[in-house]
Amino acid sequence: MSAVPRDPAALPRLGWTLAALVLLWPLLRLADFEPVRLLDEGNLRAMGHFIRGFLPMETSHDFMALLGKAMVETLAMATAGIALSLLLAVPLGLAMTRGLSVSRIGPGRRAWIGTLVRALVRALLAVLRGVPELVWALLFVRVFGLGASAGVLALGITYGGMLGKVYGEILESTDGRTARGLLEAGSGRVAALFYGLLPHAGGELVSYTVYRWECAVRASVVMGFVGAGGLGQLMDQSMKMLNGGEAASILLTFLLLVLAADGLSEFLRRRLA
Amino acid sequence: MGFSLKGVGLTHANGFRALRDVDLRVACGERVALVGASGAGKTTLLRVLAAALRPDTGRLSLLGTDPWDASPATLRRLRARIGLVHQAPPIPPRQRVVTAVLAGRLGQWPLWKSLASLLYPLDPEGARHQLARLDLGERLYERCDRLSGGQLQRVALARVLYQQPDLFLADEPVSAMDPALSELTVALLNEEASRRGVTLVASLHAVDLALRHFPRVIGVKEGQVLFDLPAGQVREAQLRELYAAEGSVPMAGLAVLPDAGQPAAAAPPPLRCA
Ligand SMILES: Nc1ncnc2c1ncn2[C@@H]1O[C@H](COP(=O)(O)OP(=O)(O)OP(=O)(O)O)[C@@H](O)[C@H]1O
Ligand SMILES: [Mg+2]
Repeated sequence: MSAVPRDPAALPRLGWTLAALVLLWPLLRLADFEPVRLLDEGNLRAMGHFIRGFLPMETSHDFMALLGKAMVETLAMATAGIALSLLLAVPLGLAMTRGLSVSRIGPGRRAWIGTLVRALVRALLAVLRGVPELVWALLFVRVFGLGASAGVLALGITYGGMLGKVYGEILESTDGRTARGLLEAGSGRVAALFYGLLPHAGGELVSYTVYRWECAVRASVVMGFVGAGGLGQLMDQSMKMLNGGEAASILLTFLLLVLAADGLSEFLRRRLA
Repeated sequence: MGFSLKGVGLTHANGFRALRDVDLRVACGERVALVGASGAGKTTLLRVLAAALRPDTGRLSLLGTDPWDASPATLRRLRARIGLVHQAPPIPPRQRVVTAVLAGRLGQWPLWKSLASLLYPLDPEGARHQLARLDLGERLYERCDRLSGGQLQRVALARVLYQQPDLFLADEPVSAMDPALSELTVALLNEEASRRGVTLVASLHAVDLALRHFPRVIGVKEGQVLFDLPAGQVREAQLRELYAAEGSVPMAGLAVLPDAGQPAAAAPPPLRCA
């Protein structure tokens, strides 16, 4: 009777775990990460003071009207930004998906073209999302002036890069056998996508997109600080005037928006399941 | 215009030689069963015949075309004329039966039609007709994950029936069905191929099914053709050699009396050598 051979993957697994730990430690040190300082008495008092300034919340009629208008503007900016980013992300994400590559099944002759295209698309997506949306916004504010259009464009570009990358990776990691079977039966790529990949990956794609929309709502705030309009601009003004009550109302609005996004995502997932 | 293989060999990506030096010539309209032990190379051979795996040696001609010399457009048209029923049906669990069956024609339909059919099934009658032949007509709008294994296998079969290929390939199409249903289903495949005059190649685990229904039987062992004979000439000793490692010849085991004039079908009871 021979002994069971050892798991050949065990040693590499141990090695990678150790390497990750060894890398993590200096990174935490570099980032000055000392959670104990949160509990320091002086720091606690300072934080408490900061938070007390937020109460009571501002609920005056005028401000609520302003808030409502800013909220609609923010929602519009986030939604338009995501719509714009989809125009970039869908074709680029699909181009990256190896599971839809006919040349991978054969004929192998022109496979290098596909490989080259995928590498170029990957690089393009990295450039799009590598520049933070804030920087794009600063750039576009100079072109379009203060207002939402700079924010929409900035969101569209950065989020197009993020969505494209993640779409490609989600499609890549889903079960490709269905799509491959269809391609092997002479189906085109787009038909194979709709009949073979989306039934597996649809839910995940939708929930990631809704999550990104939620992020876009938050990001449009940061961009408001540079004059791109919406809740962010309002927040900027309130903070500059040291009006904590107004800031608190704005924050609560955010919370509601995030909850709404969560509910929408849950609803869509349930519909698709 | 069936297909022919000459000296075909295939090595998988991990270096395993799954096919070596396979010579086969199958004329149009022939019905052939592939038998052989697990791991013999039946699936690999069928995937080569489906132009899904590219052999690294030898010459291959499918329906009069060498698929690996053809342009991408020609290859795609060729693939649309070949239908393979997969051993494990690659059907998304959340897809509806009607969609899974209609997907058989994606290679023939223009894109707009394929996409429109996702919104509203364009040929439910066609799908229902094929399903009804397999006794599944009632489940047209059911989701595939609510079906049993044998029912899912029949959906996969209905898809290829609906595709109406000129070369019908089936990889263990009845492995999840009970003996009675297996018998009916294999008979249906043969009847369909004869009626349409197309070539049929099916791999089967149950040797008695193969001998009863197919005029020609090919034994595959370790990636090679061990025998290639009319069903009536397959001898017990050959089957014993084919399944030497297993120790017994697998049977569907249905108590159906085979037709007279098929000696081998009556012959081998389960051989227990171990
Ligand atoms: N993708 C692959 N990579 C490496 N080896 C493979 C691959 N697919 C199959 N093989 C090997 O090739 C051999 C033949 O496999 P194949 O699937 O053709 O067998 P089979 O006759 O269909 O068996 P079964 O009756 O169990 O379905 C097996 O030894 C298998 O391990
Ligand atoms: Mg197999």
